[in-house]
Amino acid sequence: MNKALVFLDHENGTIKKSSLEIFSSLKGCEIAALACGPSAAKAAQSLEGLNIKTLYVYEGSTAPSSELALQSLFEASKAFEANLILASNSVMARESFPSLAVKIGGALATDVTEVSVQTGEVTARRPFFSGKCSAQVNFKKPVKLFLLRPNQLPQPTPSGSETPPVQPLSLTPNERVKVKEVVSGSGKQADLTEASKIISGGRGLKAPENFKKLEELAEILGATVGASRAVVDEGWVPHSIQVGQTGKTVAPNLYIACGISGQIQHLAGMSSSKVIVAINSNPEAPIFKKATYGVVADFFQLFDPLKEELKKVL
Amino acid sequence: MNIYVFLKQVPDTETKIKLLNDGSGIDESAVAKWIINRYDEHAIEEALQFKAKNPSAKVFAVCVGPKARIQEALVAAIAMGCDEGIRIDTEGQKLDSLMTAKSLAAALKKNGDPHIIFSGKVAFDGNFSLVSQYASAFLDIPCAIGISKAEYSDSTVEVEREVGGGTKEILTLSIPCVLGCDKGLNKPRYVGLPGLMKAKKKQLIEMTTKELGVEESDRGLEFSHFQLPPDPAPVKMIEGDPATQAKELVRLLREEAKVL
Repeated sequence: MNKALVFLDHENGTIKKSSLEIFSSLKGCEIAALACGPSAAKAAQSLEGLNIKTLYVYEGSTAPSSELALQSLFEASKAFEANLILASNSVMARESFPSLAVKIGGALATDVTEVSVQTGEVTARRPFFSGKCSAQVNFKKPVKLFLLRPNQLPQPTPSGSETPPVQPLSLTPNERVKVKEVVSGSGKQADLTEASKIISGGRGLKAPENFKKLEELAEILGATVGASRAVVDEGWVPHSIQVGQTGKTVAPNLYIACGISGQIQHLAGMSSSKVIVAINSNPEAPIFKKATYGVVADFFQLFDPLKEELKKVL
Repeated sequence: MNIYVFLKQVPDTETKIKLLNDGSGIDESAVAKWIINRYDEHAIEEALQFKAKNPSAKVFAVCVGPKARIQEALVAAIAMGCDEGIRIDTEGQKLDSLMTAKSLAAALKKNGDPHIIFSGKVAFDGNFSLVSQYASAFLDIPCAIGISKAEYSDSTVEVEREVGGGTKEILTLSIPCVLGCDKGLNKPRYVGLPGLMKAKKKQLIEMTTKELGVEESDRGLEFSHFQLPPDPAPVKMIEGDPATQAKELVRLLREEAKVL
């Protein structure tokens, strides 16, 4: 039987949606989970009814480094004898999982968008070129490691009310990497890669200060603001919000592109969004070919009525 | 003091991807233009800025791939100011990330132990973000991916990087280490044609994956059943003046698409 270990992304014991959805892909296998960092044991409460055998934890007193995540993963995977190890595509997992794979003789597939574990059988696919094509993943090593892209699976349905027993891990943290400080962002918006709604701006916004208008709409929508490469290169907005092949690949439920013409590298990064709205004054803009709904309009003329209409319903 | 930069040649981002008929991969012969992965240019720049402050540093650019294709990347790196180029020819062998990392680690052990390795945080062809981390595991040194700021001392480096949602981490890593560079770290220098012509004359250090001991049994992943995404349904255009368009858009998003 497959034995799956899920590495949880959490903040003070509150598990992120992107981690919880992983459990929806696991059928007919034995499951354990692992959480590192302060208050990790509290994560057990969010795992109610998910039929998890053990929650391994390493708490420590400070923010964990990916080296510590690696040590914990190694101990937990050994203790549970896991042959499947999964996490969402977080920075910590991106750093710790490759070393874990080398250490235990496994192989890792990152940015997996489709995974299904049925009794004895594991299948997975991942995109290439930010979604210009995709391929099936075939493992050549006995232990299979996956990093899943957020927003691809539904949240799991709990059955029953049992929480998993907590098993603390004992280890001596290695000191090669130390987390000196964690500087929290504004916290107002979800990360682009996890956001369920995104509103992005491009050159059609004409000036950096006009991104404030996007912020206004984003606040009403509960969306995260993104941008095209052109305006990032201009220095209007930071690279961290760039959507596209050379920025972030996103797949929200709703993607609204304002004043973005739709270069192939931008389209690659957002075309797997479920609903795409394109707002552009040029009816020939390539973005309309990928859009669900197209609005040929000047963003500045559309802005006020759109804001009013959104306010009415949200 | 050996400083290394890992480079990758990738299809230009404007490339329209064509698949092989049997779905076993992309048709590389249909790729018109190969370029250095953009994040790797920031890695080269960071290595050169490090060298400017540490004159004993020698910067090696390293690239794995088909001999002819990767020449251009190494020449560009030398033209920017790297001291040497190490060309690891795959001789027709197709490598996955594990095999690529194994050959890089073996090449470094052969050429001289690293002080710092700079790489791009991710390559925008496969978007794996694996080779640098795998290489750090093979070399048993720590790594930090996605750095946008770095300050170096003799035995440690302090880096800043974004971990999502605008949150930043400040980390201290012991040296030797691997640093995966992000766009905000620096501004890569521009090299003109005369610089490139001169760099072309520089003799590269030649190696092959075979002599570095990379075998088929090292493979971790294989990919099959490549597919292009399905064509999207035709777009629904919303007509009228801005007030009508706004009203209709919000109605459709609520009632038809059900995303509001």
